[in-house]
Amino acid sequence: MTSIRPAQEPQTAVAPFSAQMAEPAVAVWRQRHLLDLDAVSPEEIRTVLRSAKAMKAMLQREVKKAPTLRGRTVVTLFAEPSTRTRVSFETAGKLLSADVINLSGGGSSAEKGESLVDTALTLQAAAADVLVMRHSHSGAPYLAASRLERTAVINAGDGWHAHPTQGLLDLFTIEERLGGVEGKRVVIVGDVAHSRVARSDLWGLCKMGARPVLCGPPTLMPWDLLKRRHVDGGHPFGAVDVETDINRALEGADVVMPLRLQKERMGAGLLPSVREYARLWQVNQERLARHCPHAVVMHPGPMNEGVEISSDAAHGAASAVEEQVTNGLAVRMALLLILAAPRGGDHD
Amino acid sequence: MPEAGEKSILSGEQIRRALNRIAHEILERNGGAGELLLVGVRTRGVPLAQRLGELVLAIEGEPVPVGSLDVTLYRDDVHLRGLLPLEATDLPVSVTNRRVVLVDDVLFTGRTVRAAMDAVMDLGRPMKVQLAALIDRGHRDLPIRADYVGKNIPSALSEDIRVRLVETDGVDEAVILRREGAPLRAGR
Repeated sequence: MTSIRPAQEPQTAVAPFSAQMAEPAVAVWRQRHLLDLDAVSPEEIRTVLRSAKAMKAMLQREVKKAPTLRGRTVVTLFAEPSTRTRVSFETAGKLLSADVINLSGGGSSAEKGESLVDTALTLQAAAADVLVMRHSHSGAPYLAASRLERTAVINAGDGWHAHPTQGLLDLFTIEERLGGVEGKRVVIVGDVAHSRVARSDLWGLCKMGARPVLCGPPTLMPWDLLKRRHVDGGHPFGAVDVETDINRALEGADVVMPLRLQKERMGAGLLPSVREYARLWQVNQERLARHCPHAVVMHPGPMNEGVEISSDAAHGAASAVEEQVTNGLAVRMALLLILAAPRGGDHD
Repeated sequence: MPEAGEKSILSGEQIRRALNRIAHEILERNGGAGELLLVGVRTRGVPLAQRLGELVLAIEGEPVPVGSLDVTLYRDDVHLRGLLPLEATDLPVSVTNRRVVLVDDVLFTGRTVRAAMDAVMDLGRPMKVQLAALIDRGHRDLPIRADYVGKNIPSALSEDIRVRLVETDGVDEAVILRREGAPLRAGR
């Protein structure tokens, strides 16, 4: 590596690789925060996926820790219960040697009536470099990000709106299993209307050229998409198909992703019963074998085995559910490196 | 050919000879190719390590493992370099009990080598770590020196040295040039 390059050298001056290193060695990233994938370009998504690949390789070696983010602070603020996402971010920070502080809704000043913005400003003043935030209200991370100048916000799930790191880890998993995302038929089954995972997945899948198919009871489908209002007029979800019959939806699928059926949907009169849901929309081995024997099975977790997914499908040979957890760690490490590594400042 | 404002310091032929000599020196110093592991530091150390591997094979008739190392995670100046693409570190064998030869194109401040040594140590316990550089331009910030040097090029801090290789840039050459915007007199 030629040692120090002048700061003003444009990125395009990095020579494109030939032969075994086919991709150009340019990393594109323009975001200050990661709030959803709608604002992230396909090139930026590729930057994250490439870095995540290197991070995953690191996870397989004996010493998994690197000193990169020594002296940087990552705060996780989860105002809603979560284990896997919080632990994933915490582990990602620690493996890169950042100091990680975990806050929950209870036990912090939020309980005493402090506003979200004040909490965020306090954490910024306490030198948090990255604030990882989960909130039950859609848009809460946007509010925090709009007031923060020195702290990068990562949305770890806000209401029904977005869960961008899940979207990225799903893209990573599909790319790793199938060699690419473009043109792949990705069937998302379940409560799409109330799912932030599905929404962020749709942004990522559409940007990377996949062919997403949504399937589930009409009461749980996004109304606009169900009514096919998105198919013309250059809608960003124009490539999305909606198919309420699971057998037709699964036909020729490359990826099948059932979503967790949340118990609170029962009371809202959106579903007759869990048993009927399982009978009509469960992803199980018998359906997979009949319609798409080679499809990869993914699930954002936690799973209700026996409801949206059967045990044999959840743990079968086609299941990538455990890999998704590892991939989530790799993707979050890549994002922390991108957002927490200090940049700019005086050179030389 | 060197571009405008550049002065050639090594031709393709000179690079070939320098690598040939380094390959012989590596074998001489280590008493053969046994336990050797050549590790190219990304970016341009990787093709150099591969060429040294081929030369060692031609001289000794014995293949040596060649790997690549991305030191981004170990750098102390991530914040000065902007966003670097992170590439995978790829070693065909464990570094433990190997004579590891780190290969880089230009040895300058020594910070890349320091990061590479940390990266190697996190991968295992090598028997020895040595350093081969195609060009040593001086100006070390750290107490590091190369075991094998293609050519020593005394340089000013206001100058930049670039190595181009067929594998990455389509041509074999090393050039020196005045850094854009650099003051006439050196100083940091």
